[in-house]
Amino acid sequence: MNSETYKGYSGKGLECLKSYSAPVWSDVEIESTRGNFRGIILPRSETADNDHIVLKMHNGYNVGLNVDTITSINTLGKKEAHYKIPEKEFPTDPSKPNVKLLGTGGTIASRLDYRTGAVIPAFSPGELYGSVPELADICNLDTEKLYGVFSENMGPEQWIGTAGKIGEEIENGIDGIVIGHGTDTMHHTAAILSFMVQDSPVPIVMVGSQRSSDRPSSDAAINLINATKTAAESDFAEIMVCMFGPTSDQYGLLHRGTRVRKMHSSYRSTFRTIGDIPLAIVREDGFQPLRDDYRRRDSSRKVRIIPAFDERVSIVYYYPNMKPDIIDSLIDNGYKGIIIAGTGLGHVNKPLYPSLKRACNEGIHVYMTVQTLWGYVQMYVYDTGRDIMDLGVIPAANMLPEVAYVKLCWALGQSHDREEVADLMLTPVAGEITEREPHNGYLIYQGGIPEVEEFISKYKK
Amino acid sequence: MSKMKKFEEADADDYAALGLKSGLEIHQQLLTDKKLFCRCPVREYTDEYDAEILRHMRPTLSELGEYDGTALMEFKTRKDIIYRIDDQTVCTYEMDDTPPFELNRQALDIALEITMLLNCKLVSEVHIARKQYLDGSIPTGFQRTTILGVDGSIPACGRDIGIIQLGLEEDACREIRDRGHTRTYRTDRLGIPLVESVTRPDMKTPREVAEVAQRLRWLVRATGKVRTGIGAARQDVNVSIEGGRRVEIKGVPRIPMIPLLVHNEAYRQKALLEIAEELKRRGITGKTFSCSKHRITDILKNTQYSPAAKSIAGGGEIGAVVIKGYRDILPVKTQPETTFAREISDRVRVIACLDQLPNITHSDTGGETFSSAEWKRIKNKTGCAEKDVAVVVWGDSTDVETAVNEIEIRARESLTGVINETRQALPDGTTGFERILPGPDRMYPDTDLPPLAITEERIERIREILPPTPDQLEQEYIKIGLRPGLARRMSISNNRQIFDFVSSTVNSHNEELAFIILDRITPALQEGRLSGFSRERFRKTLLEMDRHKIPLDALTGLLEKLFSSGETDPVAVISKIQLLGDKKEEDRALDYLKSLEIPDIDRDKLKDHLTGSLVSHYGGMVPGKRAGEIVEQFMAKELKTG
Repeated sequence: MNSETYKGYSGKGLECLKSYSAPVWSDVEIESTRGNFRGIILPRSETADNDHIVLKMHNGYNVGLNVDTITSINTLGKKEAHYKIPEKEFPTDPSKPNVKLLGTGGTIASRLDYRTGAVIPAFSPGELYGSVPELADICNLDTEKLYGVFSENMGPEQWIGTAGKIGEEIENGIDGIVIGHGTDTMHHTAAILSFMVQDSPVPIVMVGSQRSSDRPSSDAAINLINATKTAAESDFAEIMVCMFGPTSDQYGLLHRGTRVRKMHSSYRSTFRTIGDIPLAIVREDGFQPLRDDYRRRDSSRKVRIIPAFDERVSIVYYYPNMKPDIIDSLIDNGYKGIIIAGTGLGHVNKPLYPSLKRACNEGIHVYMTVQTLWGYVQMYVYDTGRDIMDLGVIPAANMLPEVAYVKLCWALGQSHDREEVADLMLTPVAGEITEREPHNGYLIYQGGIPEVEEFISKYKK
Repeated sequence: MSKMKKFEEADADDYAALGLKSGLEIHQQLLTDKKLFCRCPVREYTDEYDAEILRHMRPTLSELGEYDGTALMEFKTRKDIIYRIDDQTVCTYEMDDTPPFELNRQALDIALEITMLLNCKLVSEVHIARKQYLDGSIPTGFQRTTILGVDGSIPACGRDIGIIQLGLEEDACREIRDRGHTRTYRTDRLGIPLVESVTRPDMKTPREVAEVAQRLRWLVRATGKVRTGIGAARQDVNVSIEGGRRVEIKGVPRIPMIPLLVHNEAYRQKALLEIAEELKRRGITGKTFSCSKHRITDILKNTQYSPAAKSIAGGGEIGAVVIKGYRDILPVKTQPETTFAREISDRVRVIACLDQLPNITHSDTGGETFSSAEWKRIKNKTGCAEKDVAVVVWGDSTDVETAVNEIEIRARESLTGVINETRQALPDGTTGFERILPGPDRMYPDTDLPPLAITEERIERIREILPPTPDQLEQEYIKIGLRPGLARRMSISNNRQIFDFVSSTVNSHNEELAFIILDRITPALQEGRLSGFSRERFRKTLLEMDRHKIPLDALTGLLEKLFSSGETDPVAVISKIQLLGDKKEEDRALDYLKSLEIPDIDRDKLKDHLTGSLVSHYGGMVPGKRAGEIVEQFMAKELKTG
């Protein structure tokens, strides 16, 4: 008897099912002190309690029955469900561009196992064509599943592997690359790929969904269509994130990989370009560039893959009354780089100074960013800033803290020389540091204010 | 084709011959402070809105890798869905930008109370399910819903009517407009907790359906914890006849509309079955069915038929579908004043979004549409023969393409008789097509919320406060002296608790008290005339009246004085009516009568006149009967007319 037979059941629930020889998928009639129920025994979620049996009734609803109330289970038959995503051959058309979709584990397209609620990812071209047939109007699509990890489990191994794969695909002459990714850490991956993959001749577009594609209101299909269209047709040969612009189903935005950040835990329009404006708007009927300073598609350009990474780097998010032992423990544990997300223009409290001094003296590379996210580090304005720089802490301009973190890992993967590292860190590669912040790079409208409410009432959110 | 029986003419035997079966799904909003899965307050509906959000609904694949019929249909319609959002009633949860919060426990308790009143078997663990709706009425594309009990019953129509299940779910948006490719919803109603009680298809006549609806409404209202008012309770009525299929008439706002709707649906199904029979007789089957589709704009450029002419002028196209062997099918009557052509027109309206009526015409129509020369040209061009029919449709080019395909689909469906569909109730008692009835695959588990155990403690706590059912109450009221009709009225009155509160403590005649509460106090309360009313003060008043032997018929006037004059103490008010039972006050009343000028009229009229004067002298707070007695005394003594 394998674990599938009574899948998810343990303790009292398992004993009860065993005693009546009623494994999951049995079609049963259960007598209980609360009345009789009929349905199919479903697998139980591993995290749920041991006291209940889950039954799918014939009306489609699931209910739980307490084991203590059950007086008998009469098995009438078995209705095991097997699920497979329908595959339809993805049509090829020599006149259409070729796009490669690399999967890292996010379920950009999927369908639902209606009985258990489990989401089955759709990934092969055939499966994708079955769920988002519009893709065939855009390109010839090939897919490759690189990893199967949740977004929070992405790390150097996956980043280096993905960068290498991108290089291979470009060598093989692909017209554009789409990377499916979980949304939580998509901006970390977008940033590191921006450093590891330089001078790409073609668009590289990261995409995910905030609402899984088993929901009719999902943003997955539209995001995937927009991303694929960008990879196949657009002139933006950069590393980008393509996600919903507004929460309304109107258009997607193309964000530069080093300036984008997930800003809401659940909104569709969660990705925003910080301290700048996005690259472009993408709709069903085409692209609307919002700026002109992007790298153009150019098949003659040679891509450079620089898969360097030293993982001995940490971000320290400063808070008032932080104790120096936080810094000391990083030094003692052999960290080679520290990104501080400081307050205001880039500050920390005085008690940290000796530890920061020690860190710099011991050859640790310490960079200052701002936890306000918007704006530059400016350490000359106040004496405290100058004092901190005197300790050896280097201001990192308007690099976002997470971007500075992955960039320092990447830089330390190439050199540990203080000047070389500083040169790598402070020379912008892909817009991670900009010379100027446009006045509309910081717009967080405050709800409730009459003119903002007037704007919201006129334009769909 | 057989003649359709009018509603007034049909009796139980006719419905039995049709094999009518009908069941109900009653949606009743619960009286909670907040919504079911978020903490938005439940407020009055409003037409105001602060922002709009636009979404589309995309079908998801079903079990077999096929798109569900309804889903596909909704996708074909390509609607822009607009949600109008009021800051006060909607948060990011309703807009599907935030996951659900925990199920509202207040709603759960009320729903469990109703589940017990319906004698349902309670589940021990609640699992939230998602029920797909692709019309946009819920921004997620599904309704969060759960089953609390199954297999209950309610006594009605002289037997037990089965209850299949009782569910707790979130309410949907209110549609305000559906024109062309845009459908607009208000979102204030979205997310309000409601219970859905589903009966078995146990009702055999249209009137039984209404009776059961009424019984169910009274029963849930017995809790005192449900919303009332327009839209707070809505009925879906399921109807089928022998050989037909289940059709759901959606969102019937008023119970009295039910019987005519059920009657018309039963006969609509009969007509559709007869059409299927006739087509079979003509030898048309799924295999031999044949039709052809055409673009005929160029041959109708100069038509005088205004809907088509307007469409051409606006850059539209004209399409035609010739259905082989369908001559004289479209004019068959399916509902009062309605023919089978309307079934096709409805589909074109809903699926192809061609909602300017008329949106189609056909070669069997008697009405004035295209000229006979034009019809001839149409028939020639499309190859429409003597035994065929040509259906013509106009509008935006893409929509016309959707329309001609849909016309073929609906014509083909007529071979199978009745289609499982959801129909909307129209004010004249007929129905219009709304959508194909969703399949069973549209239910799936909600992975956002863990299961919730319903403990024995919770059940016991609710069982203890369970209100008596209207049937039990009726029996109780009969026992304490109310005649049956009055007992029934009281058992379903919103104000029965006032009666229960005072009847046990006041030594009044219960029947008289019941009449006063139902006929005087209830309307006075509804009209807002008793603003300061409370049960306790009411009881105190009754006790004072008892003590002063004031007859009950003085009560209404007294209450109005008491509860709207700012006077809060019933004793103070009643002390002003010392007239009754007090000799001194009686003398003062007699003195007042003496001071009056006595008109020279006959005795009966004089008595009425004096009684009226005396009552108004005391500001209406004298019972007429008692005033009459004093006037009698006065007339006997002072006027010697006794």
